[in-house]
Amino acid sequence: MSLDRVKPIYDVVVIGSGPGGLGAAIAAKKNGADDVLIIERDNELGGILVQCIHNGFGVEIFKEDLPGPLYAHRFIQEANSLGVEVLSDTMVLDITPLRKITAVGKRAGFVELEARAIVLAMGCRERTRAQIRIPGTRPAGIYTAGTAQRFVNVEGYMPGNRFVILGSGDIGMIMARRLTLEGAKVERVLEIMPFLTGLTRNYVQCLLDYNIPLQLRHTVSRILGNYRVEAVEAVEVDENWNPIPGTEEIIPCDTLLLSVGLIPENELSRKAGVILDPITGGPVVDESMQTSVSGIFAAGNVVHVYDLVDWVTEAGFLAGKSAAKFAVEMKKGLSRKVKLVAGANVRYIVPQYLDSESLAESDQRIQLRVVRPIEEKVWVEVTDGEHLITRKLERYVRPGEIVTIKIPKKAYDEVQKTDKLIVRVAKS
Amino acid sequence: MKKYDVIIIGAGIIGCMIARFLSRYKLDTLLIEKEADVCMGATAANTAIIHAGYDPVPGSLKAEMNVKGNKMWDTLAGELNIPFERRGDYVVAIGEEELPKLEELMKQGIQNGVPGLVLLSGDEVRRREPNINPKVSGALWASTGGIADPFAAAVAAAENAVMNGVTIMFETVFQDFIMDGNKIVGIKTNRGDFASRWVINAAGLYSDEVMHKAGVRPEFRITPRKGEYYVFDRAEITINNVLFPVPTPVTKGILVTTTIHGNTIIGPNAKDIQDKEDRSVTREGLEEVWNGALKLVPKLELKHVIAVFAGLRAGGNAPSPNPNIKYNHDYVIEIPSNVKGFVNLGGIESPGLVSSPAIATRVIELLKDVGEKLEEKKDWDPIRPARPRFRDLSKEEQRILVQNDPRYGRIVCRCESVTEGEIVAEIHAPVPAKTYDAIKRRTWLGTGRCQGGFDTPRVVEILARELGVPPTQITKKGPGSEFLKRRTKDVA
Repeated sequence: MSLDRVKPIYDVVVIGSGPGGLGAAIAAKKNGADDVLIIERDNELGGILVQCIHNGFGVEIFKEDLPGPLYAHRFIQEANSLGVEVLSDTMVLDITPLRKITAVGKRAGFVELEARAIVLAMGCRERTRAQIRIPGTRPAGIYTAGTAQRFVNVEGYMPGNRFVILGSGDIGMIMARRLTLEGAKVERVLEIMPFLTGLTRNYVQCLLDYNIPLQLRHTVSRILGNYRVEAVEAVEVDENWNPIPGTEEIIPCDTLLLSVGLIPENELSRKAGVILDPITGGPVVDESMQTSVSGIFAAGNVVHVYDLVDWVTEAGFLAGKSAAKFAVEMKKGLSRKVKLVAGANVRYIVPQYLDSESLAESDQRIQLRVVRPIEEKVWVEVTDGEHLITRKLERYVRPGEIVTIKIPKKAYDEVQKTDKLIVRVAKS
Repeated sequence: MKKYDVIIIGAGIIGCMIARFLSRYKLDTLLIEKEADVCMGATAANTAIIHAGYDPVPGSLKAEMNVKGNKMWDTLAGELNIPFERRGDYVVAIGEEELPKLEELMKQGIQNGVPGLVLLSGDEVRRREPNINPKVSGALWASTGGIADPFAAAVAAAENAVMNGVTIMFETVFQDFIMDGNKIVGIKTNRGDFASRWVINAAGLYSDEVMHKAGVRPEFRITPRKGEYYVFDRAEITINNVLFPVPTPVTKGILVTTTIHGNTIIGPNAKDIQDKEDRSVTREGLEEVWNGALKLVPKLELKHVIAVFAGLRAGGNAPSPNPNIKYNHDYVIEIPSNVKGFVNLGGIESPGLVSSPAIATRVIELLKDVGEKLEEKKDWDPIRPARPRFRDLSKEEQRILVQNDPRYGRIVCRCESVTEGEIVAEIHAPVPAKTYDAIKRRTWLGTGRCQGGFDTPRVVEILARELGVPPTQITKKGPGSEFLKRRTKDVA
C-alpha cells in the first residue's frame, strides 16, 4: 500500500492510521468515496496498536481476543484490498477550514493537497509529569508508560531496571507486567484515587498474578536524583488529594513510569478552526461525527478517550461513512452546468441548464418548442456543436406542441467534455 | 603539557561570551566545562530577560554592566544570529499604595543612565495588556527591556569562539591551579594538566571555590538562590509583555512574561539554599510562585501548565568596588593584585545575561590595562551563521529546504515542529550537541505540551546513529543520565 504520486484532490483524507483512522478509511471506501488517502506520521500503519503487543483487542468486533498488531493488521489488509492510498512517515503540518492540507515527510517531501472531506484520527497523547506537577529534580528515568512501551516493544530496549509506576491506568498496569517479564523489578504501583482507574481484568492479570503491590490513595511527592532517578518519595493523600504529613516513604528505584491519563490530540483540529469541548478536550461533533467545520469529521480518541479499541474502530466506521457521503454530495455540487442552446427552429428549451453529473444517475428529459411547424418526418437532434449526442424522429413538429427528448445516461462521457448542448429541429 | 594563553573555567553565558570576545585576538584559548554541554548551570534556568537597568543599585558594577550590556544586544544578536526582541518591560503597580515605588524606580533608572523610561496610567496598561489584573494603578515602562534565549546566546557565542580558533572541552573538571610562587601557570583537571598564561574564573555557582584555590577573596561566598518557574501552553494563553511586580529589596519579584518562543512563563521565587546542585522544584515554592503571579494576571489556569523547573542564581557577597555606595552583593570582575595570571569573576547573578557582553568587554579592558598585548586577528569573523529552523520558515522556504535535504522533511518533535535535519545539524555543529538536553536547548524540541513523550525514542535513535554508539550510551545530560539500561533480551 504505497504511493508513487499524491493526487491534488481526494474525496476523503484520513489523518492518522490507528484504529480510528483505519476504520474511517475503510468505511469511506465502502460508502462511495473514490480516492481515499491515509496520512500517517510513523513508518508503519496501526498507530499505537503497533506497540500494544498484549492481547485484549477485537472481542467486540471479531469476537476474538487478539494482540494489538494483529488487530491492526486485519484492518490494514482490508484497507489495502479496497485500494486505500497511504502516505506514511509524513506529518501533517496544517489543515485549513477549506480542507487544504500541508504535510511533510522524509520520502514524500513537501506535500500540499485538498480533500473533499477530512477525518481527524490523531488519537491522544499521555499526560506528563508537568501536568501533575510532581516536585523534585529533572533527571533521566522519568517516562510516560507509552514511551516506555515503545522503547521495550518496538525498539527493544529496557528504560530501567527498578520501577515505580504512578497511576493505575491500563497502560501502566500492562507495562508493570511487561517489564516484569523482561526481568525488571516493579516495586509498586501508586494510585492517588481511592479506586483502580483501569480495568479490573488488568489488575488481576498484570498486578496480582505477578505480586506487584498496588497502593491506593498514594502519589509521588518528590523525585530524587540529579542525573538519573535514584528514588521517589511516595506519600498518602487525604480525601482532597493533599499529602498527609508523616506518611512519606522513600522508594529506591531508577525509573518512574507515569500512567496518569490521556488527552485527545487536537493541535491540527485547532488549526482547522474546529471547536473543542473543554471537558473532553476533543472536537464537538454531531451524530455523524462531523465537527463544527463542515466537511471535517473526527473519530476515536481524538474526540474522547475510549476504554476499548473496538469502539474506536466503530467510531472510525461512522466518521468514514459520513465523510464519504459528504464528499459524494460535494462532487455533485462541484459538477458543471452545461447550457442547453436553442439551435435551428428551436424557440426555447427547459431546463436551460443540465448538471453534467446528472447523467451519472439517469437519462435526463428535456422539453422544447419549435419556431415553425414542419408537417413531415423530422429529426430532433442534440449535438455538442460538432458531434451528434442523440436524436429522435418526430412525425411532425408544431409550435403549439411541446417536443420531448431524452439525453441518455450513455452520453455522460461526451457531456463531460462540452459546456453546451445545441438542440435543432430542422430538415437537414 | 599543552600550553594556552588563556583558559576559561566554565561555559555558562559568561564563559562563552568571554571566549567569543577573546577569539578576536591572537590568543590560544581553552574553554573548559565540567558538564556535557554549555550553559548547564545558572544559564540553564532563568527568566531570559534583557533588563533595561533601572533595578540595580546606582553606582554599582551591576548597574554599569547592565546598562552597558543592554546597549550591546542589538549588534550581538545580529552578529550571532540569535533571537532577541526589544519589546520593553513593565513594572506594574497594583493598587494606589504601590504607585510611589514606580517613581522611585524611575529615578533610580535615570541615575543608572537607562533611556526610554515612561510612567503609564492604569488605563494605558490595561489597554496594552488585556490579561492584567484590573486593579492595576500604573506601570513603569522601560522601552529598552527585551527578551532573548539564553541557550541560543551561549551556544552561538561558544560556536563563534570555536569558529575563530577557541578550543572547548566538556566533562572537564577544574581541580586546582598550578602555581609558580604567586603566579598561576596552569590548571589541573580530571583530563590532565594544562599550562596557561592566564586563567579566567567564570565558574558561576562554583566561582567562590575556584578563587579560594587561587588564594583570592577567602571571605567571598556564593549562596545559591533557587528560583522556581512554570511554563504555559502557548496555545492556551499568551501574555505579550514582560510584567514585573514592584520589587522588594531582595528580588525583582515573581513576574509574568513570555519567552521568545511564545510561551508564557511565571516565576521566580527566591530561596537561599546550601546545595549548589539542588535544582529540585518544591511544593511550597510552586505555591509561592503561583500566588505571586496571580497578583499580576489573575486569569492563569493550572491546567495550561506544560512544565515546571527551578534554577539557581549564583549570588555573591562582594562589596561594591565603588567606595561611595554601601552594597554587598555586587559583581566581582577583577585582576587581583595578590595573584598573577588570574582574571577573577564572581557573584554574576541577575542581570548576568544582559551584562554578559559588557562583562566580556570589561575582561578584555582589564587584560589590556595590565599590559597584555592583545593583537587582533585579521581574519576574525564575528558572524555566526544561523542554521535553518523549519518552524520559522515560510511554506515556500520549507519546500526548498526539504527538497534539498529530505531529512528536514521528517518531523521528530510534533509540538514544536523540529525536524531530523535540524537535529543532525546540531549534532555535527562547531559545538556539537551530544546529549538529548543539548539538542533540546538548541532546537527547542521536547519543550511543548507532550514534553518529549513522542520525540525521545526518535532522538535517542538519531543520536546513536550519528555518534556511532549504541542507544544505551545516549544520555539526557551527560554520563550517569543514560536513557536506557540494556537490550530487552540481555540479562539484567
